[in-house]
Amino acid sequence: MSKSPNILLPALGVTGIVLGGAYGTMTRSYKADEADIARAQAQAAEARLVSQEEANTDLKSQIALVQDSAKAKIAELEARPAVATSMSAPAPVRDGAMGLGREALLEEIAAWDVDVLPDGRGLPEGTGNAFDGEELFADKCAACHGDFAEGVDNWPVLAGGFDTLADEDPVKTVGSYWPHLSTVYDYVYRSMPFGEAGTLTPDETYAIVAYILFSNDLIDDEFELSHENLGAFKMPNKDGFVVDDRPEAEYAAWSVEPCMSNCKEEVTVTMRSVFLVNTPPEGGSESVMNPASVEGLPSFSSAGASFIPEAQAKPEAVVEVAAAAVEEPADEGAELIKAGEKVFKKCKACHEVGNGAKNKSGPQLNALIGRTMGSVEGFKYSNVFQAAADEGRIWDEASLTEFLAKPKSYMKGTRMSFSGLKKEGDQVAIIAYLNSFLGE
Amino acid sequence: MDEMHKPSRRAFLRGSAAAAAGTVAGAASAQTADPLITDVQDWASITGAGVDETPYGMPIEYESHVVRRNVEWLTASPISSINFTPIHALEGTITPQGCAFERHHSGAIELRKEDYRLMINGLVDKPLVFTYADLERFPRENHVYFCECAANTGMEWAGAQLNGVQFTHGMIHNMEYTGVPLRALLNEAGLGAAGDLKDKWVYVEGADASSNGRSIPMEKALDDVLVAFKANGEALRMEHGYPVRLVVPGWEGNMWVKWIRRIEVSDTPTESREETSKYTDVLEDGTARKWTWVMDAKSVITSPSPQMPITHGKGPLVISGLAWSGHGQITRVDVSRDGGITWETARLGKQGDTKALTRFYLDVDWDGAPMLLQARAMDETGYVQPTKDQLRETRGENSVYHNNCIQTWYVNAEGIAENVEVS
Repeated sequence: MSKSPNILLPALGVTGIVLGGAYGTMTRSYKADEADIARAQAQAAEARLVSQEEANTDLKSQIALVQDSAKAKIAELEARPAVATSMSAPAPVRDGAMGLGREALLEEIAAWDVDVLPDGRGLPEGTGNAFDGEELFADKCAACHGDFAEGVDNWPVLAGGFDTLADEDPVKTVGSYWPHLSTVYDYVYRSMPFGEAGTLTPDETYAIVAYILFSNDLIDDEFELSHENLGAFKMPNKDGFVVDDRPEAEYAAWSVEPCMSNCKEEVTVTMRSVFLVNTPPEGGSESVMNPASVEGLPSFSSAGASFIPEAQAKPEAVVEVAAAAVEEPADEGAELIKAGEKVFKKCKACHEVGNGAKNKSGPQLNALIGRTMGSVEGFKYSNVFQAAADEGRIWDEASLTEFLAKPKSYMKGTRMSFSGLKKEGDQVAIIAYLNSFLGE
Repeated sequence: MDEMHKPSRRAFLRGSAAAAAGTVAGAASAQTADPLITDVQDWASITGAGVDETPYGMPIEYESHVVRRNVEWLTASPISSINFTPIHALEGTITPQGCAFERHHSGAIELRKEDYRLMINGLVDKPLVFTYADLERFPRENHVYFCECAANTGMEWAGAQLNGVQFTHGMIHNMEYTGVPLRALLNEAGLGAAGDLKDKWVYVEGADASSNGRSIPMEKALDDVLVAFKANGEALRMEHGYPVRLVVPGWEGNMWVKWIRRIEVSDTPTESREETSKYTDVLEDGTARKWTWVMDAKSVITSPSPQMPITHGKGPLVISGLAWSGHGQITRVDVSRDGGITWETARLGKQGDTKALTRFYLDVDWDGAPMLLQARAMDETGYVQPTKDQLRETRGENSVYHNNCIQTWYVNAEGIAENVEVS
């Protein structure tokens, strides 16, 4: 790196300031008569000369000063080469331990280390079959995955899809895609049911896994799945995977100096965006089908666009408007409603409430208090709720409180897999929250 | 903010009108004096917000549209879902935490530092439990890295889908992380029990209900993986794994386990749900690639783009975009304005950092003619970002993940941009 340009930079800065000053003197005499102007100009010119001479002398001595100090600085830096190079370094790793943390206890490791390896290591003792699994599945899994593991809405399909992996839209299920059965046990035991993870016993898990295999026609309903045979179970797509081969299949071929000009003869638009996306100020997005076609768009060559289209069909420009300030509700129950909103997080996976709330795997909850049980149109209720609807039973605060505390005892046979709100405060808060949507 | 401190609605409308006039006439040819200059404005007369009003600041309300957005129909529930970084409206390279994309499998959890525990077990000399305070006593490092979801641009396998770079490329963020190298923690537990490290793995899992778990080969674990507790200088946000997350530079975001609670040294990959049924790439013949961890070089023009139309007409135009590679530094980005017939080498905002976002610019005089805008990144290995055709030729259209294709925006004569595919 050359060192001299840096030294001259401050000197140029000084020149700029001096000239700027002289210009300022001239422009400020604009109100005087012509003689005054001439006189002022003469004086200004003289002053400029004098000041420039002074400035030049000044400049020379300043440059000398700067250069001297720079030389001294460089000499100093060169005497200490370490300062001129980077002092950054990775965090040191000690030879041997630092003595931080404490030894993990065996019972702590047992509580957290529950992952299961493909060969079955890590499986807890237990057993289960599809016959028992069917009931558990209907109770704990079917709300999202369907009674036959066929999947509800966008929730994962767990069964079927065989011989579709090479199709346009492969159906990747436990049966058609998952390479190891250990993964199913591991995932169900640790991460399911959604919203109540970690509540299944090993026997329940074996039974549910067996039911999933059964719904994929991989076992009959008497097959006893256990820690002894799970690791050896062969899944249909076991050999369907290859380790990342991008280095061989792609990297070599694509790492070549790319073309810069005349790379193609002509380029045309072959497809336009399927969805236009509106981005409303309140957040989220709205996808709208794009009606425009590729007809009437120009083609491109090295000469540029073939024509400039007139009045073409254009997508609506995305309107992003600053959100209007939202008035916070300040009534007395606001705190409780806020607390209830937080509790409602436990319900959100399956229920919607508020403006435009739709049925998901659970019914929408607008105007719940005062509503007939099992009465939301378009929702497929369990038998027990259908019966409640026939009897004309109405949701009030007492019944809702009892239901929320223990759904399955209050409504024996409900498909709602949620085990209940244990804290009384949570029940009160959530009812306050739901009541804030009575008018929806 | 009280009424006194708000610019009046009249002043706001006046400002908008003047701005609109500027778009049409151009600033240089203003015929009448601009009232924004000649009138004393409220904000130049009435006092503003006091230092006691905003203990922690949010962006000014005029920027309230620059937010993460989700696409409801993509997933069954917003709790197990993803949203998108507004990369069209951001500049430079650092993503503010508050608008950096989120991907949760069982929602973002609230876990206090005091309740945080990190366990290391498996093939180690001494299984250990660390508290948050313990982690703060290890030598730490700071690095800027991008985190990209493997499914970023995944919808585009089936052709141009959503009209906005936020939605096609917004599953990415780029932050400065502060953390402890994973190798330091493994060293603390001792790897003697693991024997030959060559074929060993670490399995990492989160504390949330999904307990998302991934297997990482030991070589990577000992290389640049960080156990991070700060991002962009402040504590991780809840949605980014507060108080501690894993940072796996250059590799797919699903491995960056949030709320990390356990690290197990193992002699085999766990083959968890997230590394078998998900995050594997189905090829045309129905077989699938597994362990496709690295995010290959990729770039995209963020402006102009569908959410950022050209509103100023012909003349000087800044074409701005982002490039990144999981293999190291971005060394070059080329930009085409005619759909890939001619390419011009863009200017990098600054020398690319390894495994971090690099900003690029092409400063042009737009003649008002339609354009087909594309960007093409190259990284330090010499790899060149592929076209959609190249990707489909080797992989088919069912991979879902790892789509790093060259993206095309059609910009019409009015400056409106649209997501398209070209021949």
